[in-house]
Amino acid sequence: MELKSRIPSGPIQDKWDKARFDMKLVNPANKRKHSIIVVGSGLAGGSAAATLGELGYKVSCFCFQDSPRRAHSIAAQGGINAAKNYQNDGDSIYRLFYDTVKGGDFRAREANVYRLAQISVQIIDQCVAQGVPFAREYGGTLANRSFGGAQVSRTFYARGQTGQQLLLGAYQALERQVNAGSVTMYPRTEMLDLIVIEGKVRGIVTRNLVTGDIGIHLADAVILGTGGYGNVFYLSTNAKGSNATAIWRAHKRGALFANPCFTQIHPTCIPVSGDYQSKLTLMSESLRNDGRIWVPLKKGDKRPPNQIPEQERDYYLERRYPSFGNLVPRDVASRNAKYVCDEGRGVGETALGVYLDFSDAIRRLGRKTIEERYGNLFDMYQRITDEDPYQVPMRIYPAIHYTMGGLWVDYNLMSTVPGLFVIGEANFSDHGANRLGASALMQGLSDGYFIVPYTVGDYLANNKFPSIDESDPEVRNAVACVQQTIQKLLSINGKRTVDSFHRELGKIVWDYCGMSRNAQGLEHAIERIRELRDEYWQNVKVPGSGADLNQSLEKAGRVADFFELAELMCIDARERNESAGGHFREEYQTADGEAQRDDDHYSYVAAWGYRGYGNYPELSKEPLEFEYVHPAQRSYK
Amino acid sequence: MATTVVGAREIQPARFWASTNGKKAVMAVTGFILLLFVIGHVLGNLQVFEGPAQLNAYGRYLRAVPEILWAVRIVLIVSVVLHIWASIALATRKMQARPVGYANRENVSSSYASRTMYWSGPIILAFVIYHLLHLTAGVVHPGGQFIEGDVYHNVVAGFSVWWVSAWYIFSMILVGFHLRHGIWSMFQSIGFNHPRHTPILKKAALVLALAISLGYISIPVAVMTGLIK
Amino acid sequence: MRVTLKIWRQTNRADKGRFVKYQVGDVNPDMSILECLDVLNEQLIERDEEPVAFEHDCREGICGSCGFMINGVAHGPLPATTVCQLTMRHFKDGAELLLEPWRARAFPIIKDLTVDRRSFDRIIAAGGYISVSTGSAPDGNAIPVPKEAADRAMDAAACIGCGACVAACPNASPALFTGAKIAHLGTLPQGAPERDRRAIHMVAQMTAEGFGGCTNIGECTGVCPKEIPLEVIARMNHDFIWGSWRERDNVVTTMRPFTEWSTGSKFQINEQETD
Repeated sequence: MELKSRIPSGPIQDKWDKARFDMKLVNPANKRKHSIIVVGSGLAGGSAAATLGELGYKVSCFCFQDSPRRAHSIAAQGGINAAKNYQNDGDSIYRLFYDTVKGGDFRAREANVYRLAQISVQIIDQCVAQGVPFAREYGGTLANRSFGGAQVSRTFYARGQTGQQLLLGAYQALERQVNAGSVTMYPRTEMLDLIVIEGKVRGIVTRNLVTGDIGIHLADAVILGTGGYGNVFYLSTNAKGSNATAIWRAHKRGALFANPCFTQIHPTCIPVSGDYQSKLTLMSESLRNDGRIWVPLKKGDKRPPNQIPEQERDYYLERRYPSFGNLVPRDVASRNAKYVCDEGRGVGETALGVYLDFSDAIRRLGRKTIEERYGNLFDMYQRITDEDPYQVPMRIYPAIHYTMGGLWVDYNLMSTVPGLFVIGEANFSDHGANRLGASALMQGLSDGYFIVPYTVGDYLANNKFPSIDESDPEVRNAVACVQQTIQKLLSINGKRTVDSFHRELGKIVWDYCGMSRNAQGLEHAIERIRELRDEYWQNVKVPGSGADLNQSLEKAGRVADFFELAELMCIDARERNESAGGHFREEYQTADGEAQRDDDHYSYVAAWGYRGYGNYPELSKEPLEFEYVHPAQRSYK
Repeated sequence: MATTVVGAREIQPARFWASTNGKKAVMAVTGFILLLFVIGHVLGNLQVFEGPAQLNAYGRYLRAVPEILWAVRIVLIVSVVLHIWASIALATRKMQARPVGYANRENVSSSYASRTMYWSGPIILAFVIYHLLHLTAGVVHPGGQFIEGDVYHNVVAGFSVWWVSAWYIFSMILVGFHLRHGIWSMFQSIGFNHPRHTPILKKAALVLALAISLGYISIPVAVMTGLIK
Repeated sequence: MRVTLKIWRQTNRADKGRFVKYQVGDVNPDMSILECLDVLNEQLIERDEEPVAFEHDCREGICGSCGFMINGVAHGPLPATTVCQLTMRHFKDGAELLLEPWRARAFPIIKDLTVDRRSFDRIIAAGGYISVSTGSAPDGNAIPVPKEAADRAMDAAACIGCGACVAACPNASPALFTGAKIAHLGTLPQGAPERDRRAIHMVAQMTAEGFGGCTNIGECTGVCPKEIPLEVIARMNHDFIWGSWRERDNVVTTMRPFTEWSTGSKFQINEQETD
């Protein structure tokens, strides 16, 4: 399949302006005749629904949670980047663009990233006007901090709850439109299929999670802002409910899935403590500014950390990366933690953890300073682990945090199915193979507030929408598919719970398609996933009925999709014979163990097409061209 | 196939009194008027310690101009009525707001006084009615003859009966509780509050409530212990 | 360790509901109470019983989904902690825990420990925002915001909308929730033009929802996982009283509270149809 990225011609800084000018507009009087569906109510979905409502379209917005305010964007801690250069430290749109392309290990589209950097400036203005309580200086101006190893201070923040405050801003804007009657909100409603009629998306099929009613919603365009697929791994920093069902079912209806193997692992999470563990908790990356990471020199050293003398400790990041030390990027820090644990030098009961030690910092700066900087994080750590990080070193381990891959979209954020737009983490567009800190919030809001409202309008103005109703065969077909899947899941009545399958699936993906991968392991994983999936459809046990609130049934449908997506991730990882960003193939590394890209052969976006259950997917490639930022080997030595 | 329509709109005029916030504001203002009365009353009463002449003169002074007396009485009666009306409305809402109660609910951070307003209020009302019949109208006056105009005599005779004194003391303790929460709550309800003022207001409320309550209690205690004869 | 969980089971809104006792052995002190419920649910499914329905999502104390009463206290005994972060080590071995859903007319029970909190969304929809459409914002630094105002706004804005304030309030009043939003937006200069309107509309919706009225008891702030201070309620009262006066000529509209679920065009699952 040929992928048309529809990137406008001209110099990079003029592309978005040109694109906007070239777009057709919808007559204000006609806007309310167009209905638009937005699935997901996080930063991307919520802001898109609110903005489209303001413009006068008839919008329906769906979320599986009880309220749009619960979307998992709420959990982002650190901040949001914007090229405001308020600190006068040399930041610019071009620099943010450059950093993001480089940080993404040259696997992102330049034009998209440049637009993101341009829009970042407007996002801050918009959020301030909405009443997001960003941190301020005494003079009343906005405060900034440097984040994730950036050399400029461009991160705006609201304590450690930036995601929450930005989401509440979008949520409030959305509720304002609900009150105005332009947006209809459907909470506790899950999208289960996409309706495609005559090659265009014309609606979705949903299930109300309380009544179990299957609903049909017809529209002229559908926007998915349903987040990433990190929960394939079972244990991740995502919310328990975060799932890939919407994007996966859209994929099965024809939307290509791009770069599924690009997943990001965050180095500083609280380690797993037992089998019952349901999710992983992230500790802010900022801890690495003052904490020193180490493990014992000797294998299996079970002494308490305070009794291990200095010369028997291995500060492995400082040793291997003298110039960046503990501040190496996320992927490097994570991988090295895995190496030392694989060598048998991990700490804690499970031996899957490394120390993050603040004793030097406390000695140097005093406990009070450390308390001011990290007090709330230390409290959270203590609440969860019952250990006092002022006295004993923290234990940390990497965990899945974000997925750069997602549905393939063109410059206008439209997928390969006309009328289906994909925004935020659900698409693949802006972060390449690795995402920089404080960029996810920026992308979600940029897509939702400032990009998709324009590009959807262009699509609506350029197309005709013959009237359709529920009796259309495609509609009936989609409903039947949904009903069959539900009936099937309820009728298997096997021996194992959904969670037990999910946990096992997650372990396979984590072991073979996690922090580092190799061809042999991936092939093994693909086989294991297929076996487990076959067992799933024979032996899963889903209690209850489909006619009321049934959380097991919800999970069962989502896990069924995770199986197929997990396989695609492994296939993609197997196919990409290079190491790039979050995708580290052991066969492709430099002499000193760093990721080695292969720009000659793999400088492309891998977009996969669905070819039926169990069939090998079809690969389409979108070549990446770098006119402005020239690919180079990343080095943090 | 059916479509459910939800979210119909209702238009209503902005009714201050219709909201619970408005009712609480009314309770705050009426409560403040009653607080002023209670302070004035206790200061007046304490003249009992200066002897019969002083107290009886004060009694005559209060009734010197009937128009003023009745004006004050009407303000007080209206305040009491509004205060009670609002509290009944709030209590009704409270009962409707949680149709199925908890099997168990523990209190974490509230004061005893705040949780008992709904029953300290009615008891105080019962007390006020008794008090009016006892020392204003003189209809119910155990412990001897009620003498119109001889306030001192009436007080001493009344409080010489132990259960009358006990009833007064008990009621005044409740008044103390009611005020301890009410004085602070008043500021909250009219919207005056600040993190720095809250602790001060709460302390001030406690001191004032204690002073008023002890002031009233000192009289029956003085009569019972023979300090006043 | 072992615990006994006495959990409120109720199939749907029409059901009367009852407490059912469950023994959970092999409890790890490091697990959260939600993970303890996960373990119980796995066992129930294996025993062919219905698992306990409880609300949860982020499990890191910020989304506001989770929450129920543990032994009569909203979110359990640990201050400033939601149930998803409440670990079992805070209970004694062999303890009996009573788990009960939030109870309020405006929070109708959906199933077991899950309640419907859409009334909160409607209170926000009534006025809990600053009316600024996308694209119309001035530069972020155009309006200076004193640091103290920004900090106080943030204190109030930390609310996660979990509903514990209503659950703990003897009056079942959402004053802390509504006050937090009014205080958050009203403290900032950007929110000043709409202060009066915001307060009277949000209060009107709060009244329409059938919540009880605040009588300044203060249980809410004690159980609030984000420790929102009581002052936000005074702030709401202030804005409401002045707003009622200044906006006395204007009409206030409220949304009719509803408990139905909108499904679009609805298909019931029909077993015959799919065979």
